Amino acid sequence: MTRKQRRGIMIGGGVIVLMIAGLLVMTALRDTIVFFHTPSDVKAGKVKDGQRFRLGGLVLEGSIKRGGGTDVGFSVTDKGSTIEVTYRGVLPDLFREGQGVVTEGRIDQGGVFRADTVLAKHDETYMPPEVAKALKEQGLWQHGKDGQAVKDQPITAKGAGKP
Amino acid sequence: MSAQQPNQTITQRLANPTRFMALSATLLPWLWGAAAILIAYGLFLAFFRAPPDYQQGETVKIMFIHVPSAWLAMGGYLLIAISSFGLLVFRHPLADVSAKAAAPLGATFTALALITGSLWGKPMWGTYWVWDARLTSVLILFFLYLGLMALRSSIEEETLAAKLTAILALVGVTILPIIKFSVDWWNTLHQPASVVRLGGAAIHPSILVPLLVMAAGFTVLFVAMHMKAMRNEIMRRRIKAMTMAEIERQSMAAPVSAPASASVSGKAT
Repeated sequence: MTRKQRRGIMIGGGVIVLMIAGLLVMTALRDTIVFFHTPSDVKAGKVKDGQRFRLGGLVLEGSIKRGGGTDVGFSVTDKGSTIEVTYRGVLPDLFREGQGVVTEGRIDQGGVFRADTVLAKHDETYMPPEVAKALKEQGLWQHGKDGQAVKDQPITAKGAGKP
Repeated sequence: MSAQQPNQTITQRLANPTRFMALSATLLPWLWGAAAILIAYGLFLAFFRAPPDYQQGETVKIMFIHVPSAWLAMGGYLLIAISSFGLLVFRHPLADVSAKAAAPLGATFTALALITGSLWGKPMWGTYWVWDARLTSVLILFFLYLGLMALRSSIEEETLAAKLTAILALVGVTILPIIKFSVDWWNTLHQPASVVRLGGAAIHPSILVPLLVMAAGFTVLFVAMHMKAMRNEIMRRRIKAMTMAEIERQSMAAPVSAPASASVSGKAT
């Protein structure tokens, strides 16, 4: 029995130590394993000039300008900073004002981000359209303001009922 | 080791493979039935009762397959890790059977999660695949499953293979918290957790309930398939043991003639 306990402590302890080591490595890589940089990161000089990177944030309300063909211009913001983006190509269905996007490209001399890829990012909230409408009417809707649809509002059956 | 020992735990009682075979034979039909009913009901809810999502429309229905698969991808690995611990620490006779049976199942659900996620990503995000922290860590989990199966099959001595595979499984368990928290620690294209998170689920009940029914159905299906696979493995081991015993008995019956004829034929060539 003692041998069994000793084995248990050895192996269990080993797994825990490994987990902690893994977590420490991952926290150390926190700033490195990013899928995209925010406009604030760029303003803070985290991206080298002319370097190709992904820029992520929300499409600024009222910033979408359609050009000829599939040319489109819009601004990406994280509330702190805003960067202008130009893109030619097909946009994902979810692309709209206030929506999260991740674009890939580089900043040109004029300070405009020239994207060759635009991906849409959505949040973790799921609800029927009627509920979204009811929330908007109740003034509980925060979508577009911070990109998170009523994030701190618990979504319950009550929200689905009468506005 | 008698059957009537009073203070045995459930795992101790199941340590007897014969008792496990008897119990699983009674349980399996019920499990298959429960899985079929739950999944049928879940699909009915998903397709005829659940509303479309306010931003994603009908595309959100992929979630009813994707999320249960992803949960089982991680749950399957946790099962392997616990079984491996049971093998290395308690030398439980069924622990390795369980670990071995769960690996292909977990790999299948991981593949399902990756494929359905990819099909979901194209219409919503605009891409089948990105190398963000969530997607990449789940791909690593898939490779870990393949690694466990490859390692086991590459070693002929089965007890050694079981031990080494168990060690790899326990080392690999670090991937589970990384997958879970990848969407919180790093900015990713994948959205953060919707169901298991602080502050409760961020899914409206009309979509959440079908999802949970599907998850329950998938879990029961996993348990049923795992039990079936364990039975197969126990029977394979019995057949192997019987074959070995038979060979031994035959060589005992004719101890001299076999090597003698071999040496004669060796000289002849």
